[in-house]
Amino acid sequence: MNWEVIFREESLALYGEGLLTTLGLLSSSLAVGGVLALIFALMLTGRSKVLQRIVGAYTFVIRGTPLLIQVYMIYYGLAQLEWIQTRWDTVWPWTYFKDAFFCALLAFSLNTAGYTAEMLAGAIRETNAGEIESAQAFGMSRFQLMLRIVLPSALRRTLPAYSNEVVMMLHSTSLASAVPAMLDLTAAASRIYSDFYLPFEAYLFAAAIYLCCTFCLIGVFKPLERHFLAHLAPRTN
Amino acid sequence: MDDKPLKLQALDIHKQFGSNEVLKGVSLEAHAGDVISIIGSSGSGKSTFLRCVNLLEKPNRGRILVAGEELKLVPGRAGELEAADPKQLQRLRTKLAMVFQHFNLWAHLTVLQNIIEAPIHVMKVSRDEAVARARKYLALVDLARLEDQYPAHLSGGQQQRVAIARSLAMEPEVMLFDEPTSALDPELVSEVLKVMRTLALEGRTMVVVTHEMGFAREVANHLIFLHKGLIEEQGVPTDVLTRPRSERLAQFLSGSLK
Repeated sequence: MNWEVIFREESLALYGEGLLTTLGLLSSSLAVGGVLALIFALMLTGRSKVLQRIVGAYTFVIRGTPLLIQVYMIYYGLAQLEWIQTRWDTVWPWTYFKDAFFCALLAFSLNTAGYTAEMLAGAIRETNAGEIESAQAFGMSRFQLMLRIVLPSALRRTLPAYSNEVVMMLHSTSLASAVPAMLDLTAAASRIYSDFYLPFEAYLFAAAIYLCCTFCLIGVFKPLERHFLAHLAPRTN
Repeated sequence: MDDKPLKLQALDIHKQFGSNEVLKGVSLEAHAGDVISIIGSSGSGKSTFLRCVNLLEKPNRGRILVAGEELKLVPGRAGELEAADPKQLQRLRTKLAMVFQHFNLWAHLTVLQNIIEAPIHVMKVSRDEAVARARKYLALVDLARLEDQYPAHLSGGQQQRVAIARSLAMEPEVMLFDEPTSALDPELVSEVLKVMRTLALEGRTMVVVTHEMGFAREVANHLIFLHKGLIEEQGVPTDVLTRPRSERLAQFLSGSLK
């Protein structure tokens, strides 16, 4: 074991840069994916059969194929299309498709949106029919019913499953290292491995950082769950 | 009694589920201060009738007037009547607060939040006013200490009393009770009935679907016996209950007294 190389300033800087990319990718794809998931979940549970079918097909494809292939399709696959090639030097927004970070962000956002939408849609469908009925009986409009009763209740019940999804996404971002221009935490480890031929130390150190991040994420979600799911917890007094 | 203003008229309500005709023309009129009990065996249509009144169930035929204002109804696709104007339906529903068999409190909101929710967001009452109302009615149902609890942490009787406070906070024209004690343990029934008795004495207009014959006899001033979707017998509770004219009511009463 040769840990001295890992703890050199240049190596640590590389890991640091990788960590920032990983966290940036995670937070931005969760933000974009979260907004998409909310919209998709409303479509999945909405009145329009057409929208239900379309979004259902989308989540089926996203959840039915490996994330790595989705990343490859967006980064390499789209770049192969002439229609995009003729535009990506000049025409906004296609210029973004030359950017590795954008491609990874797009793939991860679409992926987490697919999973989260199904979770949220499930929670919306399972909302107690009696609670919906009493909201109607008290004069709420469809919009108010959704905004005041169904969504607050469903989002709370989605929280435990969503915290899993966030941890899974953190780990999934390591697939971004498959895009050559991306320097995320895993790519940083790979670079140190190939520079010094120290695979065990390089990846073990990266794994330790992922573990710390996971620990922090759980540390954020546990109090959130305690707060937002207090109504489902056993009585304490 | 009849010179008091009419609060609720549900006229000639028909309802069928598929080919099963559950209500075959049931009418009810409630004047201010009336307490009307609806009894009947299960399947007689009594809950369905109450749910038709605020359109939780869409009737196939009939008219509904709340405090003299007629709810505009138009035929929908399935042959059922729908509200022509959703805004009017929402407005009239706030005048018909309902108490459900299974309480139907909003689980993610505390007791206080449950009570102020509709006054603030539906009736556009100010928050301070809504909280003041909520505390007043919580005191009335004897639950002032529990305003920060979640419904799941309360007993069934307490939950139902919160639900009653939630309805009261709407300051409705008529309160609809859909078997309010049927889901409660026997020893919790009396605390809910006690609250309902208080409301009746305050002169509130109430329509109560119930199995509690004691309540029907002592508190209600009008009793309706439903049988197979029709009013079989109605009148002053003590008369109807002690001298049933129809065979079916006599049978029902002897069954329910066992």
